[in-house]
Amino acid sequence: MRGSAIPVLTVVAVIVAIWYAAVIPVNSQWVLDQAGRAGVEVTTGELVRETLSQDRPRLPAPHQVVAELWNATVVEEWTGPQGLMNTGTLSPRSLFWHAWVTLSATLVGFGIGTGLGILLAVGIVHNRAMDLSVMPWAIASQTIPILAIAPMIIVVLNAVGVTGLIPKAVISAYLSFFPVVVGMVTGLRSPDAMQLDLMKTYNASRPEVFAKLRWPSSMPYLFASLKVGIAAALIGAIVGELPTGAVAGLGARLLSGSYYGQTIQIWSALFAAAIVAATMVAIVGMIQRYTLRRMGMEQ
Amino acid sequence: MSESTVIEARDLGLTFETNDGPIHALKDVTLTIGKGEFVSFIGPSGCGKTTFLRVVADLEQPTAGKITVNGMTPAEARRARAYGYVFQAPGLYPWRTIARNVTLPLEIMGYSRAEKARRAANVLELVELEGFENKFPWQLSGGMQQRASIARALAFDADILLMDEPFGALDEIVRDRLNEQLLALWKRTEKTIGFVTHSIPEAVYLSTKIVVMSPRPGRITDVIDSPLPAERPLDIRDSKAFIDVAHRVREGLREGLADAV
Repeated sequence: MRGSAIPVLTVVAVIVAIWYAAVIPVNSQWVLDQAGRAGVEVTTGELVRETLSQDRPRLPAPHQVVAELWNATVVEEWTGPQGLMNTGTLSPRSLFWHAWVTLSATLVGFGIGTGLGILLAVGIVHNRAMDLSVMPWAIASQTIPILAIAPMIIVVLNAVGVTGLIPKAVISAYLSFFPVVVGMVTGLRSPDAMQLDLMKTYNASRPEVFAKLRWPSSMPYLFASLKVGIAAALIGAIVGELPTGAVAGLGARLLSGSYYGQTIQIWSALFAAAIVAATMVAIVGMIQRYTLRRMGMEQ
Repeated sequence: MSESTVIEARDLGLTFETNDGPIHALKDVTLTIGKGEFVSFIGPSGCGKTTFLRVVADLEQPTAGKITVNGMTPAEARRARAYGYVFQAPGLYPWRTIARNVTLPLEIMGYSRAEKARRAANVLELVELEGFENKFPWQLSGGMQQRASIARALAFDADILLMDEPFGALDEIVRDRLNEQLLALWKRTEKTIGFVTHSIPEAVYLSTKIVVMSPRPGRITDVIDSPLPAERPLDIRDSKAFIDVAHRVREGLREGLADAV
């Protein structure tokens, strides 16, 4: 991390600058219309100020999004009547609460998806019939738009009485098992012919080859897949909240924002989702570094 | 078959069927290796020297002829863990320390914890790697890694050691040192060693028997019983006897190539 702070901050500054530059033309039409109706002229200074402080801008300015993130999290929990300080539980109006609703489904789905992905990969590597039959289905499953299949999963599970977190977790698992399957099949097959021959000279059984060679060899691949998988799981959980008219979760927040034209709310929910995803990927990265270092594979 | 025969091949053949027609990797190979011999296989690429070693190890299946290892088929010998195999590359597991790489075969064969520790210490001393038990492979030089892989092959104390160009990737100075160590190790352990090499001096220096092979089809052109004494300092390579053997090997290689073209 040392020495990389300046380039990273530079890139962030450039993105923010481009964003601000885009806000003015995108939002200016509304300001000009208002001024035209009122029959007044607007100066450039006024135009800029107006475009950066609208209640329902087409494109919110960065500081508006940051302020909304702050108000919908810390301020809401600290001072809100339903906030953590007053009630001892998270406020249903705060992004913390919505993020947790989405995150819990994400983690359950990610767990299911990872487990399923590893099991399928083990089967594919060890069984020729599975090798030929499973992968095409796994690939086909990912070619179906998740937006098309998510409502069906929710409706079907609803019909059998499964509601709440589980249907969302199933959609998360549906998206996150695939990178794990692909990565683990590659990882479990990564030992070369020589290493497999070596095991053969010891007359090692297939479970031994798996435990002592294939599984440890696949660890770097597993972690790369988990990073992709956990981000996909979050997308799955958010998409799972969209078609149901859900009242909780980051997806519900996005949806209600778009119903009521609350663009700032939409953008803050998007950023909250991005922050959650980045945090989870960072946690997986930390576990990866710790594990590989303990295994002696990272120098 | 005499009491001391370890490996016996008779009219051994191995043909790979490829899209460009059959490739005769081995043809009519007849060879007897006795207990405690150090046998080198030398020849150009494609002469079948590695293939022969792999047939002995049951890593390839012959398509003609007969071969026995310790009086058994190669598959039975492999299941009986009759040999240790050293590959061209060390192939140490990067996630295991040197000691745990060496005990890998012992884990699979179900040795006790104390026995694993004892044997690891023993073979690491044989290859002069004491003190490196807890290092990871990447912390060792290429020569040290290859020594660790030899220790791994020795760990379960099989009578036969099969080595497929183990020093091929190392520079000549390291190679000389390892050759000296290997001879000392062979003398101490009295193993039967099959050793594949590209290098004439290496073959002559190490072996009690040199098998000269040639390609297309892979076959034996000459078998030389070395007249060199058992005691072999490195400077034996300047002696008349050594140079004579090396000359005969070179002649054998040249004839084999002349036939093939």
